[in-house]
Amino acid sequence: MNTKKKFNLSLGQLTIPIIAILILVVFNLIRDPSFFSIGITQNNDGNSVLSGNLITVINGASELAILAMGMTLVTAACGGQDISVGAAAAIAGSAFVKILKSGDSISVGTVILAFLFACVVAMIFGAFNGTLVAVFKIQPMIATLILYTCGRSIAYWINGGATPTVQSSIITAIGGFIPGIPVPTPVLIVVIVAIIFKLVFHFTSLEILTQSVGINGSAARLNGINSTFIKLLSFIILGVCVAVAGCIGVSRLGLINHETLLIDIEMDTILAVAIGGNNLGGGKFKISGSIIGAYVIQMLTITLYAMKVSSTDVKAYKAIVIILLVVIGSPVVKAKFEKLMTKLRSGKAKETVKGAE
Amino acid sequence: MNNIVGKRREPLSDTKLLMTITISIFVAMYLLAMALLGGGFLHPQQIFDMLNDNASLIIVSCGLTIVMIGGGIDISVGAVTSLVVMSCVLYLNNGGNIFVAALLAIGIGLAFGLVHGYLISYLEIQPFIVTLAGMFFARGMTTILSVNPQKVTHEGFQSLRDVKIEISWLGYTAKNGNLVPARMELGVVIAFVCLIAVFILLKYLRLGRCFYAMGGNQQSALMLGINVKRTRFLSYLMSGCLSGISGFVFMMHTGAGNATNAAGMEMNAIAAAIIGGTLLTGGVGNVAGTFFGVLTLTTIKKIVVSSGLNDPWWQNITTGGMLCFFILLQSVVLSRRNGKKK
Repeated sequence: MNTKKKFNLSLGQLTIPIIAILILVVFNLIRDPSFFSIGITQNNDGNSVLSGNLITVINGASELAILAMGMTLVTAACGGQDISVGAAAAIAGSAFVKILKSGDSISVGTVILAFLFACVVAMIFGAFNGTLVAVFKIQPMIATLILYTCGRSIAYWINGGATPTVQSSIITAIGGFIPGIPVPTPVLIVVIVAIIFKLVFHFTSLEILTQSVGINGSAARLNGINSTFIKLLSFIILGVCVAVAGCIGVSRLGLINHETLLIDIEMDTILAVAIGGNNLGGGKFKISGSIIGAYVIQMLTITLYAMKVSSTDVKAYKAIVIILLVVIGSPVVKAKFEKLMTKLRSGKAKETVKGAE
Repeated sequence: MNNIVGKRREPLSDTKLLMTITISIFVAMYLLAMALLGGGFLHPQQIFDMLNDNASLIIVSCGLTIVMIGGGIDISVGAVTSLVVMSCVLYLNNGGNIFVAALLAIGIGLAFGLVHGYLISYLEIQPFIVTLAGMFFARGMTTILSVNPQKVTHEGFQSLRDVKIEISWLGYTAKNGNLVPARMELGVVIAFVCLIAVFILLKYLRLGRCFYAMGGNQQSALMLGINVKRTRFLSYLMSGCLSGISGFVFMMHTGAGNATNAAGMEMNAIAAAIIGGTLLTGGVGNVAGTFFGVLTLTTIKKIVVSSGLNDPWWQNITTGGMLCFFILLQSVVLSRRNGKKK
């Protein structure tokens, strides 16, 4: 019993997302075990690649996972969420395509240049949001409402109202598979981004600084932490994540459609952060929780698709699952449940005592 | 009661200041449009058009203002409006009557408000997540009900829809010499009734003052003996109920149900409330300001259209710019005032 308690404690805030993903796995095992079959197929280019529902889940959640990592930082530092990530990703994607289309042919150099340009553009918009939040002390949701309103229109304006397509083997490789590697490239990018986050947290004190700013900004300032800068920095880091996600989104389709690129992803991202057990009011955070949260959301969506639910109806079922998850995770329900457990335990203890007597 | 009013005087003056700024900017903008663009802006009908088109937005924004004053957020309002429109249209087309349809509209709104309020105030779940789930649910249900646009064929409803209140003295003489009276739809009357009701609630009733106290500082509201949980629950219930009414008004304006109805309405409503001087942190705000917020938003869009910027991106970009301007202005004004007090 003692070890069990310790186990519970060590899981901490990851309990909910892990339970959620386990429930989904068990549900799918009962429903249709072939959901988990992974095969190797030949794609159009003649590469042998992994395929199957599980791969679709992990591949499809890439953008969401990357955005969720950045969003966790913003949430932790500012106690609010950025609702403009989808719009900002459309802008970054447009900038990416703009550079790609400027030359005659697309080489590796052009792609890197275009990606860097997209990063800079997204960082500028991130800094804009960050300035509003950190310097002018506006709540993040309100501050990012500005970019949410006009972001997709700016993306539209960058491309002059067209939806240009990009045809290049390099772009296909980024959005799909690199020849010779059976794992989808977006998954590799997620791994790289996660490792970078891990390294940054390992070698700098960013994690602890962000937490202290989120828990009490003025106390952190009195301790010599520049909380304005930390908040601004979190938005700029989110900007880089947005650029990466936008570029993946563009590469997947090979075109930029400002209206549909990563549509509604801001809500899913915030949801991933919340399912990951992070407090949306700021403070302590765990990036790993948000990543699992992103996969929970994608797995739920793919499970519903596998059950022949149409893409427009998915939202209603998703909502029910979300409500169930947050109700289970809510502090009041948890407290009541623990009370019930202790009652049961003490009852059992009494019985055993009686039995012994 | 007196005690509460006395204590809340400082935030109230903030409210008034922000509202005054909004109203003066709106008036200045409209006068500028009249002087520079002329045309439609010179006729009173322009204002009535704005009201006709935005009656449901006004109602929804009132509900959102209540929730925001209480320190919460409700992003499900647009989706609930859309769900109400679709279910009422289907009900009327299957031979229902108008009175029951109105009850159905309010019922759906109340049901959403009830669930949101219970989950947020009694189970202490973050309002953003709960209402986000509510938004997903309502949007999903709308498409489950019908993916295709549905037109109302009910005759009684059609005659109700076409009722227009004509105000002849505000009309103008057309080129052929006929007097064209200013037309106002029935929905605008409902919107004004809601607006006045919410205004009275927030200004003169005990419950309304409780919303301000709760949004201003939850701990001190608790110390004052306010039942914070119940008050918060009621704020979401009211927002839900108003979204139901707004759905009915929306249907009276368009006369058809569509899965994409009221898309993005929640963000417009939030923007309107912010422009009107309501702060998302709670405790500061006024429905009168929200009303002018809606008008300001609409006027910006109308000005963009009539000044010939026809490219589709200009409307959103100017709205965003205007929003940025208002938000920055409020932040600067409030921080300067707070600085002076110290």
